[in-house]
Amino acid sequence: MSNSPIETDVVIIGAGPCGLFAVFELGLLDIRCHLIDILDRPGGQCAELYPEKPIYDIPAYPIISGQELTDALMEQIKPFDPQFHFNQRVDEIEKLEDGRFHLKTDDNQEFICKNVVIAAGGGSFTPKRPPLPGIEEYENGSVHYSVRRMSDFEGKDLLIVGGGDSALDWTLNLTPIANSVTLVHRRDKFRAATDSVNKMLALREEGKINFHLGQMTEIHGENGEMTGVTIKGEEEVLVKCNRLLPFFGLTMKLGPVANWGLNLHENLISVDTEKFETSAEGIFAIGDINSYPGKLKLILSGFHEAALMAQKVNAYINPDKKVVFQYTTSSSSLQKKLGVK
Amino acid sequence: MPKITFIEHNGTSHEVEGEAGMTVMEVARKNDIPGIEAECGGACSCATCHVYVDEGWLPKTGASEEMEEDMLDFAFDVRANSRLSCQIKVTDELDGLIVRTPEKQF
Ligand SMILES: Cc1cc2nc3c(=O)[nH]c(=O)nc-3n(C[C@H](O)[C@H](O)[C@H](O)COP(=O)(O)OP(=O)(O)OC[C@H]3O[C@@H](n4cnc5c(N)ncnc54)[C@H](O)[C@@H]3O)c2cc1C
Ligand code: FES
Repeated sequence: MSNSPIETDVVIIGAGPCGLFAVFELGLLDIRCHLIDILDRPGGQCAELYPEKPIYDIPAYPIISGQELTDALMEQIKPFDPQFHFNQRVDEIEKLEDGRFHLKTDDNQEFICKNVVIAAGGGSFTPKRPPLPGIEEYENGSVHYSVRRMSDFEGKDLLIVGGGDSALDWTLNLTPIANSVTLVHRRDKFRAATDSVNKMLALREEGKINFHLGQMTEIHGENGEMTGVTIKGEEEVLVKCNRLLPFFGLTMKLGPVANWGLNLHENLISVDTEKFETSAEGIFAIGDINSYPGKLKLILSGFHEAALMAQKVNAYINPDKKVVFQYTTSSSSLQKKLGVK
Repeated sequence: MPKITFIEHNGTSHEVEGEAGMTVMEVARKNDIPGIEAECGGACSCATCHVYVDEGWLPKTGASEEMEEDMLDFAFDVRANSRLSCQIKVTDELDGLIVRTPEKQF
């Protein structure tokens, strides 16, 4: 599937706190943004790794949780109507002859924009791959770390491993269309929504799914076609299956960022500290993903970087517009943009 | 100062000094012990600091709490003596503690 390219001023790669705040700083300068993130929601590390944990060093907030900070940023940038594209990873960036940039995601969505802001944090969140010998061999068809198309699982024998919401949601959603579903978890306790747990237990009662307490130890199959997985619990069982869905959470991997031809320093993108521009003119990097002398991987540093980056992006996009420095407190034109009445 | 021994999956053993108040994960990182990644820096949100506590020491280290037990779902080859090392606080009581690192942290 290929959609027609989306044209916009700026594409921000990563919807973590720094990507979100960049929308605000660019918005004040009338620059519109699309944001792309591999996660299914905004907030980056704050939302994925520590939504409930307190942060104590956001200026003026003695205490705020990762999720509260994300929600507050979403509220703050609402007037600028940012367009989000979730569940997609940016794979390619290419400079066009007219000076603009062409981006492509793993979902074949294309973007054409005047500037790119990389706010990719610690890299893209990637599902953890169980360290079972030879698992790579089966990743072209038998092993799925997420469900893109339910139809891939129609009539198949599924083995779903894990005890969280993803494992249970897919157990519930795929049971009606699969030939058989086996759920494996290391203990008989599930960290998922109570409703899902109850529904899953009901399926177990009715014999519509199989359940094994234990952990995977070995994959069986040949020529990339899986035939079964050994599960070790109290005893060892061989579960016959041709699709494996392991849900062990996410880890951050640098991912495609490394292939974009930018100067890197220890896997981080080198930038200057005036504009936070990368070695490629017109491409910026802010937040945890960048590197410069004295860099601190803190949210507040990323906010500062977003403000300075926006000034340079503005100079690129509106070269003839005279920049007047203004405060949001007193500028009626800024307040109008923010919808202050 | 309490001494802690980390034994790698391949048998290599490292005896290092800990400090009361630090976590076992922090002691490992300070001494560059291989096999402990601790991606989240001790926030109990990554499970890449998984260790096996030597059986004899289990009564002293205590059991894991619910949040840690939940996070252990994201570790590989979890056993009855599995712990997340960022959730074990070093005390003088733990002088001589032995923990083993798993083959892989996922
Ligand atoms: C447990 C913990 C506690 C922390 N506590 C604090 C604290 O108290 N104070 C503080 O200031 N900081 C704290 N931090 C650090 C803080 O969370 C980071 O500095 C911050 O999240 C960086 O924001 P970011 O927007 O640069 O990147 P991130 O939050 O990492 O977001 C980047 C986003 O980009 C996405 N992405 C990457 N590559 C691609 C791609 N190619 N395509 C699509 N999407 C992509 C990722 O999926 C991710 O969602 C903490 C971090 C952790 C893990
Ligand atoms: S360091 Fe991440 S859970 Fe212990």
